Amino acid sequence: MAKISEDDVRHVALLSRLYFTDEEIRQFTKDLNSIFSYVEKLRELDTEAVEPTSHSLKLSNVIREDIITSPLPVDEALANAPEAETGYFRVPKIIQEY
Amino acid sequence: MELHSTTAHELAPLLQKRKISSTELTKAVLERIEKVEPRVNAYVTLTPELAMRMAQDADQRLQQGNTVTPLTGIPLAIKDNMCTRGILTSCASRILHNFVPPYDATVVTKLRNAGAVFVGKTNLDEFAMGSSTENSAMKLTLNPWDFERIPGGSSGGSAAAVAAGETILALGSDTGGSIRQPAALCGVVGLKPTYGRVSRYGLVAFASSLDQIGTLVKDVEDTALLMNCIAAHDPMDSTSGNIPVPDYTTFLNHSINGIKVGVPKEYFVEGMDPVVEQAVRKAIDTLAELGAEIIEISLPHTEYAIATYYLCATAEASSNLARYDGAHYGYRSPGTDNIVDMFSKTRAEGFGKEVKRRIMLGTYALSAGYYDAYYLKALKVRTLIKQDFEQAFQQCDVIVTPTTPTPAFRVGEKTEDPLQMYLSDIFTISVNLAGIPAVSLPCGFAGSLPVGIQIMAGSFEEGKILRVAHCYEQAAGFCRSRPTL
Repeated sequence: MAKISEDDVRHVALLSRLYFTDEEIRQFTKDLNSIFSYVEKLRELDTEAVEPTSHSLKLSNVIREDIITSPLPVDEALANAPEAETGYFRVPKIIQEY
Repeated sequence: MELHSTTAHELAPLLQKRKISSTELTKAVLERIEKVEPRVNAYVTLTPELAMRMAQDADQRLQQGNTVTPLTGIPLAIKDNMCTRGILTSCASRILHNFVPPYDATVVTKLRNAGAVFVGKTNLDEFAMGSSTENSAMKLTLNPWDFERIPGGSSGGSAAAVAAGETILALGSDTGGSIRQPAALCGVVGLKPTYGRVSRYGLVAFASSLDQIGTLVKDVEDTALLMNCIAAHDPMDSTSGNIPVPDYTTFLNHSINGIKVGVPKEYFVEGMDPVVEQAVRKAIDTLAELGAEIIEISLPHTEYAIATYYLCATAEASSNLARYDGAHYGYRSPGTDNIVDMFSKTRAEGFGKEVKRRIMLGTYALSAGYYDAYYLKALKVRTLIKQDFEQAFQQCDVIVTPTTPTPAFRVGEKTEDPLQMYLSDIFTISVNLAGIPAVSLPCGFAGSLPVGIQIMAGSFEEGKILRVAHCYEQAAGFCRSRPTL
């Protein structure tokens, strides 16, 4: 498997919405290479004919009656908001020109 | 015997006969906390006023004699990744440092209804990611048996609180060993139930296909009592099993004559502390003396479990932790002017190093071009690991192994090498991948440090585990040992 480069790590950091310093990028490049070379171990196994298990219980979709219940009151839903205004969560502008 | 070092099954009859009151008991536990907590640091949040109010309510119930349960009036600690209405639920993370949930987790509702007394919320590795509780952003919890050592993790606060007599009962959660490993290192009994046996509603998600709430208590009988309260199907958790819950106390006080105990050869490996191996071997001899039939079995894919786990768990974590963006609750970095900047700064400042490392690992494993090579491959090996157990349980009733390869390690010993830290979970991780239940209980000491034995069974067979564990515990007696504080 290709070695993970610092640029790969910068790309993954962007996907993860995490800012890092150059020093942290270097550290994570080292950590990711070390951990991913360890998980290369799995390649020893032939899994061509094996079904994947994403979940240990065999469950099918769970459906319930569409019954109206009382939702969380707006003031309680907003109680933990870093910023709220007139019943809404306030965030920086989302659509803008770059 | 001091009240704080007793068990729920010893206390319940005393409370019900009004020999003691819950107020008296709760005061004794709070006094114990005052005395030892400055050294142990097991709790993120203490709730002494709430505890005293709940104790008074419990005393009223006990006086009236109706709606009394074995947990009515009993002090309980809750790991700080389970939502408690009106009480800070931090996950030991800066990003949730001020999060006060508007609702209770289902287990919390059940314990409120049973009349348990909430003493506080216990420390953990941030978002339950770790094996030593050193990844907490809040404080450093120490092992009550040796203050230079870690209590294990991620439920290290709950395990240390039980061991130190700072609560009677505690809840933990276990994604790769986070109940059983600290139970072993702190000399208490920790049960990870079958995936789906206990509702996860209100448990802050780490890896949703592996996470399970369970118990950290002083002995097997208390495990049964607490499980009787929390095990149930829950409409709020579609992954909870709709399977009848037995009375777990009916599995206690039975002989284990003729029970088949499988011992997997892959769990006695090089690098294991010889004193730990000796203690576990001796426990297996005790099981044989008690009438169990010991057979050697094989779980051939054991050596692939850690690699499989760290791909599955980090992939799920990277997705679950996407919700911490500073928009709706928790920490938000001040002074950002666009949304991507707000997300990225908030997360950079709000998450600790190990959480970031796992988000990065999981995102990389799921990213374009690598999904098949890593994540899908891991899901396939997970099938092989699960099949190992299915085949093993055709030959035996329970499987017995060490819980950890070594006793509690020193503070700071493994923090610089993430892979070494991950490898300390080698004996507990397969159980989560297979979804089966397992308990850790004390089986001796390495010097002054407790050693744990792990007992596993097939899915929804917690009863078999409790039967064997109780029989062993009664014969061996290690559950009565307490650290001197």
